[in-house]
Amino acid sequence: MDAFILQILNGLDKGSAYALIALGLTLIFGTLGVVNFAHGALFMIGAFCSVTLSKLLNLSYEVVDPTKKDFLGRPLVEKHTYIESWFGPETGAAIIDWSVPLAILFSIPIMIGIGFVMERGLIKHFYKRPHADQILVTFGLAIVLQEIVKYFYGANPIPTPAPAAFTGSFDFGTMLGFDPNTVIYPYWRLVYFSFAALIIGAVFAFLQFTTFGMVVRAGMADRETVGLLGINIDKRFTIMFGLAAAVAGLAGVMYAPINSPNYHMGMDFLVLSFVVVVVGGMGSLPGAVAAGFLLGILESFASMNEIKSLIPGIDQIIIYLVAIIILLTRPRGLMGRKGVMED
Amino acid sequence: MGILEVKGVNKRFGGLQALGNVNLSVRENTVHAIIGPNGAGKSTLLNCLVGKLIPDTGSVMFDGNSVLGRQPHEINQMGISRVFQTPEIFGDLTVMENMMIPIFAKRDGAFRMHAVGNMMSEKDIVEAAEKMLVDMNMADKRNMHTASMSRGDKRRLEIGMCLAQEPRLLLLDEPTAGMARADTNNTIDLLKQIKAERDITIAIIEHDMHVVFSLADRITVLAQGTPLVEDDPQNIKGNPKVREAYLGESA
Amino acid sequence: MLGLNKKDATLLLLVAILALCAPFILNPFPEGSALAQFNAGYPDLMQRFVIFGIFAIGFNILFGLTGYLSFGHAAFLGVGSYSAVWMFKLLSMNVIPAIILSMIVSGLFAVVIGFVSLRRSGIYFSILTLAFAQMSFNLAYSVLTPITNGETGLQLTLNDPRILGESATADGSIPVTNLFGLEMRSTFQMDVGAWLFQFNVGYYLCAFIMLLAFYLSLRIFRSPFGMMLRAVKSNQQRMRYTGLNPRPYTLAAFVISGMYAGLAGGLMASMDPLAGAERMQWTASGEVVLMTILGGAGTLIGPVLGAGFIKYFENIFSKINDNVLHGWFSFMPDGLEDFVVGIVHPFIGKGWHLTLGILFMLVVIFLPGGLVEGGQRIARALRKDKSDDKSNAKSNPAE
Repeated sequence: MDAFILQILNGLDKGSAYALIALGLTLIFGTLGVVNFAHGALFMIGAFCSVTLSKLLNLSYEVVDPTKKDFLGRPLVEKHTYIESWFGPETGAAIIDWSVPLAILFSIPIMIGIGFVMERGLIKHFYKRPHADQILVTFGLAIVLQEIVKYFYGANPIPTPAPAAFTGSFDFGTMLGFDPNTVIYPYWRLVYFSFAALIIGAVFAFLQFTTFGMVVRAGMADRETVGLLGINIDKRFTIMFGLAAAVAGLAGVMYAPINSPNYHMGMDFLVLSFVVVVVGGMGSLPGAVAAGFLLGILESFASMNEIKSLIPGIDQIIIYLVAIIILLTRPRGLMGRKGVMED
Repeated sequence: MGILEVKGVNKRFGGLQALGNVNLSVRENTVHAIIGPNGAGKSTLLNCLVGKLIPDTGSVMFDGNSVLGRQPHEINQMGISRVFQTPEIFGDLTVMENMMIPIFAKRDGAFRMHAVGNMMSEKDIVEAAEKMLVDMNMADKRNMHTASMSRGDKRRLEIGMCLAQEPRLLLLDEPTAGMARADTNNTIDLLKQIKAERDITIAIIEHDMHVVFSLADRITVLAQGTPLVEDDPQNIKGNPKVREAYLGESA
Repeated sequence: MLGLNKKDATLLLLVAILALCAPFILNPFPEGSALAQFNAGYPDLMQRFVIFGIFAIGFNILFGLTGYLSFGHAAFLGVGSYSAVWMFKLLSMNVIPAIILSMIVSGLFAVVIGFVSLRRSGIYFSILTLAFAQMSFNLAYSVLTPITNGETGLQLTLNDPRILGESATADGSIPVTNLFGLEMRSTFQMDVGAWLFQFNVGYYLCAFIMLLAFYLSLRIFRSPFGMMLRAVKSNQQRMRYTGLNPRPYTLAAFVISGMYAGLAGGLMASMDPLAGAERMQWTASGEVVLMTILGGAGTLIGPVLGAGFIKYFENIFSKINDNVLHGWFSFMPDGLEDFVVGIVHPFIGKGWHLTLGILFMLVVIFLPGGLVEGGQRIARALRKDKSDDKSNAKSNPAE
């Protein structure tokens, strides 16, 4: 039982990331009708917003302290970060420590900006082109974005720690009456899951309760009619794209402490997120979220030793296997609607 | 006993009864028109005949064999060809290639691996296609890409492609929908000529009464998913039930 | 000639001449000259040109004709490589059985994957093939280690139980791949003045097979089968209502193109007998998509051009470094020189993928027909210049 709960918890954080990326993918697909292979790159850029802010905050200047000597007997050179000198050592250190959560604020305008530029500059021209062309051009864009990041940040993963307050783990086991240390869960993953739930809730609330969201949902259901009503769909689509980019970016920002960001993390997540979207049903928002968590948890179960000894290698392929079975038995996915992406 | 026998066909979509107890008998070598107001179930019926939809109950027999549960290509191979409301042709291919494909299908069946021979050296196919192009009055457009042709020409080509298979039953789904008067008249002439020259049964769904009464030997009127009446054209004109359900609206 | 019309025969002849003379054509600059870095006439690189050419020709039979975009074709390449290496380990160092086995195994593999994936079309097909390829990649890395040797990759060892042939040569080293005794690695070098031309057995074997592969694709393009495949791309609905079943046609195209990929994988292993899982990764599948699109999907010569183009510039761009750049721009004033080098720097060396990505986007946006379409446009523009009056009359037909 305790192992069971542990696996569910372990599946949640990856599932959150899948759900957030898939949400944006399916939002873009449902509203704009575009298959965006560069969406994983947006997730990656989000993670690098964390890295960038953390680097910016750690910018420092050198002061020579003639009263102290280093081990070679030369005057000691001390490094001070600008932040600490501006805000005082304690506040400054706290700001640096909290760089990842702060990167949320930092990343939102950046991600929305990137989303706008992408949509206006490129995606817009591909609405009427075949899906194969959309896949190809966004695939090219994904390569370009990841190579740019690689150029500036190098090929190695960059560790980006969570605030010190969130290091360590939460012991669920004692809370639920199991032995201590059987069900432990790192605090940051808990934060990540809550954060993801919050974002998902916000997106749904936005679509459900605002006029803007209503129009977007109507557009997802029947694009032509909404266009005929004289509503300026184009502008809303741009905003939707920015929003989807921001969601993917935020998913990346907060993911940075869980897995050190590297330039190809977007591609790795993209493939899985596409599988998630397909399993959930193209163009279905609840489907994307449900499938994201479902696959995340399934993956984590499949990596249990008991299961692995039963079916070797299952942890490596479980997601793909589920996707293949779903696609063949329920072509529209778990919650897909009729008429989306069918010939 | 007709070549096409539809008996007791029902089809529901959720709560909507699209077809209710439809009986239809199409006699060989006649032109049978199926008319009716919008939403009468004409297209649903047609889709049940070609394997796109499967009726909930009832039977559809073509020449003594059931078509139900068969794939569209199997039904076609039985001898039923379909012309669509918007012309469905191979837009990326030339007129000649468009014409060759059904002839290949006629000769080689649903699939044949024919990967190394040159397609233009299949003499019998090329000849048959060229003859059909001449019959359709399209020989001069032989090497044209079909995407750039007018709607009337596309329709003509599509009918030619269907005829090239020498089907026993030709189904036409509003063949003149969205056409200008001149194109409509051309199509009527073409169909009259086909009727006169070939051994073929035609079932036609049509809105345009001018087309219906210039071609049909027999007419079935559908209303709200059920056949109202089946009779000869001159009797249909005078039938008060039909007048009320259909012609009355426009008269 | 060979059952081809004059135009196709000319094309085949052209490709044959290019392939035969590649060691000359690709080495236009004398050794030791500043431009020698643009030479590409090394056996290793030339082999890659033609092997990836085969891969792309096969991919084009599927994508170019039927429009089904597979994102998992590298899986077949990988399977082909593994099969070939196993043949070297178990049977003989002769490349013929290895190549044959790699085609058979990848063909069987393609039957299974194609049978399942082709039940769906469009983006769903792309994702299914992607899922299958990723599954194969993950399995090759993990549970299939006994067959694939996991991360290390499958290699020959001194203990291979080779049935026809020896486990180790007399001097105690691993035997080399050969064609009935003719070693793949043996190279004839020809010095002509300052030039050095290399004629490699392996390259000529690959080139010969590439010609066969190209010839077969020519025949398929012109055959009734090829026309049916184009019909699949154009209008599946009409096809079904014309009594044709699209699925066996697409499956046949999928298997043929999978066998082409397997052949390429087998040849790769024949030139250098090792196989690793990274050959199956989806970025590798993406690469063959890039080659085909860049060259011109659906055209005959496009995929070969695309493969050559990408592999050539990958090699050249990767070699250029800042020193080379400074050499080129040394005529400029110092500040400007540094500036220009700084601008160009991200696109060369390790930045080659950035250049490739940008190039690829530009092609998809502006030149969907790829290099072939570009060539045609240029040719048309040139012709127009020559006979302006005539072409004006022609290009404005009465609508």
